[in-house]
Amino acid sequence: MSDFTSGFWNIYITGLTIISIIGCGVLLWSQSKVKVEKKPDQDPATVGTTGHVWDGDLTELNTPMPRWWMWLFYLTIVFALVYLYLYPGLGTYAGKLGWKSSEAYQGELKKADADYGPLFNKYLQQDIKTVAADPQAHVMGERLFLTYCAQCHGSDARGSKGFPNLTDKDWLYGGDPDVIKTTILHGRNGQMPSMAAALGSDKDVENVAHYVLSLSDSTHDPIKAVFGKSKFAVCAGCHGAGGTGNQALGAPNLSDKIWLYGGGVETVMETIRKGRNNTMPAFESFLGEAKVHVLASYVWSLSNAPSNAEQK
Amino acid sequence: MDKPPPDIAVVKMYAAREDIYPREIKGRYASLRWVCLWLTQLVFYGVPWLQWNGRQAVLFDLGARKFYIFGIVLWPQDFIYLAALLIICAYALFLFTAVAGRVWCGFSCPQTVYTEMFLWIERRIEGTRSARMRLDRQPWGAEKLLRKGSKHAVWIALSLWTGFSFVGYFTPVHDLMHLVTSLSLGPWETFWILFYSFATYGNAGWMREQVCKYMCPYARFQSAMIDKDTLIITYDRERGEPRGAKTKAAQKTGDCIDCSMCVQVCPTGIDIRNGLQYECIGCAACIDACNSVMAKVDLPPGLIRYSTERALTLHLSLQEMRRRVLRPRVLAYTALLVLIVAGFCTALALRTPLKLDIIRDRGMMAREVEDGMIENVYRLQIMNTGETAHRFQITVSGIDGIRLATPAEVEIEGATTRAVPVRVRVPHGAGGHGANKVAFELNAVDDPLLQVQEKAVFYVPR
Repeated sequence: MSDFTSGFWNIYITGLTIISIIGCGVLLWSQSKVKVEKKPDQDPATVGTTGHVWDGDLTELNTPMPRWWMWLFYLTIVFALVYLYLYPGLGTYAGKLGWKSSEAYQGELKKADADYGPLFNKYLQQDIKTVAADPQAHVMGERLFLTYCAQCHGSDARGSKGFPNLTDKDWLYGGDPDVIKTTILHGRNGQMPSMAAALGSDKDVENVAHYVLSLSDSTHDPIKAVFGKSKFAVCAGCHGAGGTGNQALGAPNLSDKIWLYGGGVETVMETIRKGRNNTMPAFESFLGEAKVHVLASYVWSLSNAPSNAEQK
Repeated sequence: MDKPPPDIAVVKMYAAREDIYPREIKGRYASLRWVCLWLTQLVFYGVPWLQWNGRQAVLFDLGARKFYIFGIVLWPQDFIYLAALLIICAYALFLFTAVAGRVWCGFSCPQTVYTEMFLWIERRIEGTRSARMRLDRQPWGAEKLLRKGSKHAVWIALSLWTGFSFVGYFTPVHDLMHLVTSLSLGPWETFWILFYSFATYGNAGWMREQVCKYMCPYARFQSAMIDKDTLIITYDRERGEPRGAKTKAAQKTGDCIDCSMCVQVCPTGIDIRNGLQYECIGCAACIDACNSVMAKVDLPPGLIRYSTERALTLHLSLQEMRRRVLRPRVLAYTALLVLIVAGFCTALALRTPLKLDIIRDRGMMAREVEDGMIENVYRLQIMNTGETAHRFQITVSGIDGIRLATPAEVEIEGATTRAVPVRVRVPHGAGGHGANKVAFELNAVDDPLLQVQEKAVFYVPR
């Protein structure tokens, strides 16, 4: 409630609410009986109008509502007051019970964990490769993947520009089941610095790009590649002398034809010139270890299980 | 409060309810109401116990969001059928009201039916109308306590059974029985059993005609629903008046002997001889009462009868009255009702227990794969809404050479949804640049009738 810097609105809302509720009650009470002028010889019980007169002679016939209806109305007023005393409803007043929607949400999450947790926890005891062979775990993993991972990596896990393909055997940080699990649990932050200054001129950048493409035997200019080779030393720190990458750093293998951002010479030059910054978020606090375990088994199975054959 | 001056009277705008002690009556319409009561209540109390293929025949599983109705399983996506059903109910109500007034109120509304059941219990325990009135006037004593106590005990027992049966539509009734007997009901079942029981007990035991008079909106728009040719329960004023006892002194009286039987049997406590009133629920108890009296005094029946306003004023014969039933309003309602019912039944009969939603991957529009082929990725949300597992063949069409790059067959369990990621490829150069219309088709391998088609878009980049 810190949205309001002044305490005025708090008092305004509280006052308005209470006055409205009490006002309803007073109105109901004051209108439940009316005084009507009666003719001298008339019995009070037989006065059949409400006493309202319009245009001199128009009167309103009194067809009384049932009394239980009136009591029901009073009951709603009492209910409203009790409710406002127990629950937050009057400005910043927190309510006697201290109920909070955020706590109710947490409570429901806890309940869901208690209900569904065991389904995932039973796999936590098993090796990831064993879990991958379990058909039920596979379906669960697929659901988790489609819910939490498919936005970036695609429904088919084949990724897109900037988001790695998870179905090939090429891994930035390693494809062992436990490494996959670590990646999901703690996330990854892949950083390639801008190499333009370190390499020198724009020409050097182009030469290095052609050299990098030559490593995987992609389309390149061999002469420029020769010039680029000497400059590649600055890249070798991370990517290795042969450009085969370093999974400890998450430095991609440049000697295969798999490209995270694209394998055209323009794209490679842009990568060298500007660097790349890539983040895989951490899921440990969000999903918990048990779900990540099942998820890791699914991701691992995409490139390792017998079902690999159908991924053609 | 100050004592009002002599020429001022205090008028109360809220009045206490006047007790009504409907007298028991036998007759053609009373029997008809009991037939309706038995039919509706046998269905209500009995249906939860029916079994169908090893499960409860009718079960509304709110938790799993699946409604089982005999061979049909309805999913939230089938909500349209509920809408259609409600429209049918509304039009049926319009039609019946236009033809015969408030027959719904008088013969099948749960408020009437449960009131009738509660009244039956009341009569068995507290006795006839006059006995009940005498009992209420008595000071509290052993007999009154016993009779009132046992009446409420039976009412509450019936109410609890009603609440239990109601919840039995939402929680499998055998499980529910087990939960009740082992006192391990969950909070929601407990609440709803008690709430529905309380509603039954309160409405049928205490509120009765108050519900019809002050809560039900239907009574309030009667004037819009009926016309001068609608059958209503009415008193033949010309024949009946002037009312009075048939003594030798008073020769020139009408047929009404003013025995007030019609008032005594009325469950809403009105006098039908005052004409059509919104309180009249059309139960026809007064017709039975008057006819039995007319038989005793040797006069023809029908002083109070089903007739129409026009028939009364124009003295129409039965044939003439019947001819006026087929008027434009009735014909229009009938035509619409027949049309909607036919549509509803056709849709239900042709309904395929299989649904397909296609979600295109948005992270990547298209990708080029080997041989310059273009690949798009989709997620097929396959809902097997039947109860048996099926193997489905996925096919895609719309562009020359279009084909799936993922397995074409997928097994889906009964009554489950599964998202299946599929990759679709077209050869280099096929299809126009941009969006191309394609269609996915799903065929059950084991059932040629079980198939569904869905449109999608295939994107070919420039």
